[in-house]
Amino acid sequence: MSRGRARPWTHVVEAMAGVSARPGRLVLTMVGEALGLAALVATVSLAGTASGQVADHFDRAAADRVTVQPEESRAERGAVLPADAEERIRSLEGVETAGTLTRLEVDDPARTVPVVDPQAPPDPTLPVLAASPGLLDAVDAEISGRRYDAGHVARADPVALLGAAAARRLGITDLAHGPAVFVGDRALTVVGIIDAVDARGELVDSIVVPESTAARLFGWQGAQSLQVEVAPGAAETIARQAPLAITPTDPGALLASAPPTDTTLRERVQGDVSSLLVLLGIVTLVAGGVGIANIMLLSVMERVGEIGLRRALGATRGDLMTQFLVESATVGLLGGVVGTSLGFGTSMLVALARDWAPVLDARLLAAPLAGLVIGVLAGAFPAWRAGSLEPAEALRTL
Amino acid sequence: MTAAGAPAVVELEGVGRTFGGNPPVDVLRDVDLTVTEGEFLAIVGPSGSGKSTLLNVLGLLDSPTAGHYRLAGIDTTTAGERRRAGLRAARLGFVFQAFQLLPHLTVLENASLGGLYLGLSGRERALRAERLLDRVGLAHRRRARPATLSGGERQRVAIARALVAGPSLLLADEPTGNLDTASAASVLELFEELHAEGTTILMITHDPGVAARASRGVRIVDGRLSA
Ligand SMILES: Nc1ncnc2c1ncn2[C@@H]1O[C@H](COP(=O)(O)OP(=O)(O)OP(=O)(O)O)[C@@H](O)[C@H]1O
Ligand SMILES: [Mg+2]
Repeated sequence: MSRGRARPWTHVVEAMAGVSARPGRLVLTMVGEALGLAALVATVSLAGTASGQVADHFDRAAADRVTVQPEESRAERGAVLPADAEERIRSLEGVETAGTLTRLEVDDPARTVPVVDPQAPPDPTLPVLAASPGLLDAVDAEISGRRYDAGHVARADPVALLGAAAARRLGITDLAHGPAVFVGDRALTVVGIIDAVDARGELVDSIVVPESTAARLFGWQGAQSLQVEVAPGAAETIARQAPLAITPTDPGALLASAPPTDTTLRERVQGDVSSLLVLLGIVTLVAGGVGIANIMLLSVMERVGEIGLRRALGATRGDLMTQFLVESATVGLLGGVVGTSLGFGTSMLVALARDWAPVLDARLLAAPLAGLVIGVLAGAFPAWRAGSLEPAEALRTL
Repeated sequence: MTAAGAPAVVELEGVGRTFGGNPPVDVLRDVDLTVTEGEFLAIVGPSGSGKSTLLNVLGLLDSPTAGHYRLAGIDTTTAGERRRAGLRAARLGFVFQAFQLLPHLTVLENASLGGLYLGLSGRERALRAERLLDRVGLAHRRRARPATLSGGERQRVAIARALVAGPSLLLADEPTGNLDTASAASVLELFEELHAEGTTILMITHDPGVAARASRGVRIVDGRLSA
C-alpha cells in the first residue's frame, strides 16, 4: 500500500502540474530558447537547401579539370613546361585527356586580306594561342570544320582554328573556300572554328595554332600550361600527383590546381550564407538558457512556501531537486519542440517562396533533445536551490 | 482525558536548541515533554518564546542541539535525512498559520497532496481526501480553488490534507492566527471533534482563549516549559 517514499513518476506528475499551472509563464520562459533553436534549425536547413541549389547550377564539367603550370615566380621569368609534360601526365591513373596551351607574344593585327587597306578601320589585334591537339579534347571543344591533325603538326603547317568570337570580328562566316587569316605577314589557313569550350574560354576569342607552327612562325619555345581532364572526383588527387609526375626531380617547380569540388564549394557557400546566422542562433540560444535559469530561480523563490509544505509532507531534498529539474527539462523540451517546428516551418516557407526543393536534414530532428539538455543545464542551479532550502525557514510565515 | 498507560507519541528529554551566531541564542532550554496517544495539547506562550522552534523540532523540520526526541518510540536524534523525511510523511500532519494551499490546485487536489511522499497511489489519496473533505464539511467545495474559500474553509482543507496519510500526531502552529473569531471557532470545533475521535493533536498558540479549548495546556516562556 504505502511505500514510505514517493512513487517513481511522482516527480514527473508534480512537475507537469507545476509547469501547466502557469501557462503564461511557460511561454515566456521558453520563448528565448525556442527562438534560438528556430534560428539555428532554419539556418542549417536553409543552408543545406541553398547549397543544394548551388551544386545543381554548378557546372559539373568544370569540376573534373586540373591545370598545371610553372610556379608563379618561375613563370614570370619565362619558365615553360617540359616537352614531355603532356605525355607524363597521361600516364597517371584517372587522367582522361590532357593538352598544352600557350599564349603567344604577338602584337601584329590580324586581317583576312594580305594587303593593308588604309581606308578600312584598323584591324583588331587578336590573341594567338598555341595548343596541342590534346588540348582541344581536354576542354571538350566543339569545332565546326576540321581540327588540325598529326600531319599538320608534324609538318608545322600554317593552319589555324578560329575562336567563334574571333571569326566574327574578322568577318569569317563560312569555311567553304578555305579562308585565310594574316597575323602580320604570316598567312594561316583556317581549318575550323571553335564554337564552344567547357574550359579556357579565351579559346573562343583567339586564333589557335599547333605548337610546331607556333615554334616556326611565332618563336614558341615551350608550353605555358597544361590542361587536364580527369575522371569524376579525381581532380584533387591528380592535382596532388601532377608536379611529381611531370618533374620528379623538382616538383616544387610546378603548380597544379583543381577547381573547388562540390563539397568544398558547398561548405564555402554554406559558411558564407549562414555563419553569422548560426552565431546569432547560438547567442539567442544561450540567452534563452539563461532566461530559463532566471525564471526557474524566480519560480523557486516564489514557491518557497510550497517547497516548505512539500518537505513537511515528507519530501526529501532529492525529491524537490528532481521535481524542479524535471520542470526545467520539460520547459526546455517544449521550447525545443516549438523552436524546431518554427525553424522547419520557416525554412519550408522560404524554400517554397524561392521555388527550391526543401532539403530536410533528419539530424535536425534531434534539436528538441538539445532543448531538453538546455533545460536540464539551466535548471541545475535553481533545482539545487530548491533542495537546499531549510524547511523551517521555508515555512516561516511569508 | 488520557487513558492511564496510553503509549507516548512524543517524548522529549532535555531538548535544547541553540542558534549559532554571535552571541549564540538558546531558544529552547532543557525541554522535557511527553504527549500520549489521543491527547489534545496546547502550548501557549508569548511572541518570541520559542513556540515555532519547538514545533519545528517536533515536526522533524529542525534538529535539537541537545537532548533526545523519540517519536512513536523511534529515536529521531540519530536518524538521517531520508529517515526523518519518511517519518514526516508517515507519522506527522502539519497545519500552518498561513494554510500553505497551492493556489492553482482545486480543494480536492490540495487535500490529495497528503500521502504523496508516502507513496500512496493517486487514486488512494484522492479517495481518502474525498472522505476527509466530507469529514471537515467541505465535500461540496472540492472543485473550488482556494482563493474562493473563506479563511476557516481553507484551514479545514489544510487539516484534511494533514490527515490523509493517517498520522500519529497532528502539529498545528497558530492554526487560528489568520482567522476571524467565527472561523477560528469552526476550526477549534473541528479539532475537538477529531480529538474525540482519537486523533493526537499538538497545537501552538499565543492566545490563552484558544489554548483553553485543548485537553491539556503547557506554558513556554523564554524557551522553558512549565505546566
Ligand atoms: N534561525 C534562527 N536563528 C537565530 N535566531 C532564531 C532563529 N529562529 C528563531 N530564532 C529566534 O528564536 C526566538 C524564538 O523564535 P520562535 O519563532 O520560535 O518564536 P515564537 O514563539 O514562535 O514567536 P511568535 O509567537 O512570534 O511566532 C526568537 O527570538 C527568534 O528571533
Ligand atoms: Mg511562531
